[in-house]
Amino acid sequence: MSGTFLGMPAFPEAARAAVRDATLRANLRHATHTIRDKRARAVAELDDWAELREAGKRIKDHTLRHLDHYLLRLEEAVTAAGGTVHWAADADEANRVVTRLVQETGEREVVKVKSMATQEIGLNEALEAAGIRAYETDLAELIVQLGRDRPSHILVPAIHRNRGEIRDVFRTEMGRWGRPAPDGLTDSPAELAEAARLHLREKFLRAKVGISGANFMVAETGTLVVVESEGNGRMCLTLPETLISVVGIEKVVPTWRDLEVFLQTLPRSATAERMNPYTSMWTGTSGGPRGEGDGPRAFHLVLLDNGRTDTLADDVGRQVLRCIRCSACLNVCPVYERAGGHAYGSVYPGPIGAVLGPQLRGTQSALDASLPYASSLCGACYDVCPVAIDIPEVLVHLRERVVEGGEVTRRGVRVRLRPARGHAAERAAMRAARWVFGRPGALRAGQRLASRTRGVHPRALPGPGRAWSASRDLPEVPAEPFRDWWRRTRTEAARTGTAPTEAGKAVRGE
Amino acid sequence: MSDRDVVLGRIGRALGPRPRDPDVTYEDAVARAYRRGPGDGARERDSGVLDLLAENLADYRAVVHRADGDGLADLLARLLAARGARRVLVPPGLPPTWLAEAAVEQVPDRAADTAYDLDRVDSVVTGCAVAIAGTGTLVLDGSPDQGRRRVTLVPDHHVCVVRVPDQVVASVPEALGRLDPRRPLTWISGPSATSDIELDRVEGVHGPRTLEVVLVSGV
Repeated sequence: MSGTFLGMPAFPEAARAAVRDATLRANLRHATHTIRDKRARAVAELDDWAELREAGKRIKDHTLRHLDHYLLRLEEAVTAAGGTVHWAADADEANRVVTRLVQETGEREVVKVKSMATQEIGLNEALEAAGIRAYETDLAELIVQLGRDRPSHILVPAIHRNRGEIRDVFRTEMGRWGRPAPDGLTDSPAELAEAARLHLREKFLRAKVGISGANFMVAETGTLVVVESEGNGRMCLTLPETLISVVGIEKVVPTWRDLEVFLQTLPRSATAERMNPYTSMWTGTSGGPRGEGDGPRAFHLVLLDNGRTDTLADDVGRQVLRCIRCSACLNVCPVYERAGGHAYGSVYPGPIGAVLGPQLRGTQSALDASLPYASSLCGACYDVCPVAIDIPEVLVHLRERVVEGGEVTRRGVRVRLRPARGHAAERAAMRAARWVFGRPGALRAGQRLASRTRGVHPRALPGPGRAWSASRDLPEVPAEPFRDWWRRTRTEAARTGTAPTEAGKAVRGE
Repeated sequence: MSDRDVVLGRIGRALGPRPRDPDVTYEDAVARAYRRGPGDGARERDSGVLDLLAENLADYRAVVHRADGDGLADLLARLLAARGARRVLVPPGLPPTWLAEAAVEQVPDRAADTAYDLDRVDSVVTGCAVAIAGTGTLVLDGSPDQGRRRVTLVPDHHVCVVRVPDQVVASVPEALGRLDPRRPLTWISGPSATSDIELDRVEGVHGPRTLEVVLVSGV
């Protein structure tokens, strides 16, 4: 199944290479710190942020709990408004449907709005195999496509590139895809944006087929919503004759009114704006045959599962389906800031990628088994999440699944996973700890022994523990076990009537 | 089995038996403790909704003008002249008096026109459906004074007239309450922009690079 970049190493190896890349680290540090402070200010402007966050969480939870009901209602509403709904259980089926729909128009090229769902299923590659050229029109996606690069951020896929690198890509590559970059192009962001405008304009104006995702689908009305900045979305959604939208099934919300929550939380979380420059909303072909010829005459909605129902089957893990792809969690993550998005090995990097990817794809590959560990569990991602996904909770849950194995759902079937092989030492240590903690006498004896021998304790662990202690200090064992100290000082305090604190500190040598 | 049956079957097995009508439980399940009416936020209280709208529009690089009903035609003529616009797109239902004083060629949006034809006009003048003060947003719904979505997309210069105070609301929830989801809607907050280079905002990509907003009273 697609979704990871082929042959990607597990996170630790990929991250090791990334943290040695000084340019990459500087680019990421600059970009994530810029957006972090701005987001905090944009959020602080709303005095009801906590209530909006709670409402967003509850809307999504309710929808997920009745997902079949709302999808059927959505299908009915879209169909009634002149659209056609297709269902795809996996990436291959979604790619087949879209390829067929494009072929039926007779066109050989399509313009695309940035969409995580189509990235996830590898649509561009599938279309290319069928002889159809897909042009990415989002500026960052264009940078990635022209540079034959991989995306490294959900919102800003070229975040790992600085302005100088972008200028170089434009200078050398634009000509191969269409209008070349203007002569004397500098690295000023305004000039780079202008170069993209000129390059893409001819493609927009002649486009007959547009392909998009969607941020929200309203079940009650059949309305789809695309939130964007540059106007490339409006171009792709408005000018072509045929529009195909590939959307994950978790993007449905029950009512029109629900948008009042997410249209406040998404822009502020994503780009730290009160509102993003452009939002398009359309219902079937409401602007088409029935209306005044406004927009595409044919509209196809492809509802994508591709691991989402498997995620839904997990009581703890299903909360990640609340995600609205704002990427606030990437921008605050200390691990993402240093390792960069490529180390996560899939189109979903960062904290959300570490919990979404292994659930959509399963934890069988070395990469997916390593992703739940790509975190210090600091919790910054949870704090900024506009739909309150407890990412640390899901990370720990997935670590347990990797280590212990157990029952999961894969492609709709319940299967039992075997424990991972690499974690035998950890499991043995945990079993030993359980045995000791269950026996107070053994614990006491062990602690006293440890205290008396502390002069000869090694600085690093031997054997399989060496990797752990290579980047950590072993905790120093106190001269006296806490429980012995407690008993002794409490008895002294009762006798002399003084507080035990100072005596205890002295004994513990602090 | 169709993919539709496969997906619906998987959802059913993942979630197990549930109460039959989720719409009944919906209102209870979703607490809406956030502000929905005209806000009482500090910024709205201090400056008033109209000033807040002007301030937020300008903050995202829209150029804001004010006029009363008598001065509107004169102001629009001056804005278009200052821009050097010669060919101006006009939605079918734009009040004819608005452009009565502008020395420009008025171009109607005909169904037969291609995107290339639209690319050869200099400016477009429209009304709007709703303006949101708290976010500095204009919403167009394709009504006759706003035209098809493409007319405000392809030209590089958009002048949008907002009738104040009637068309202005304070918050996003109020705006949604006024809009009809069956119409194609475009929400516009400033000229087109991108944050794709080093996560810093740059104005001016594919949509109109210049957005001028006229807040007109007494129309």
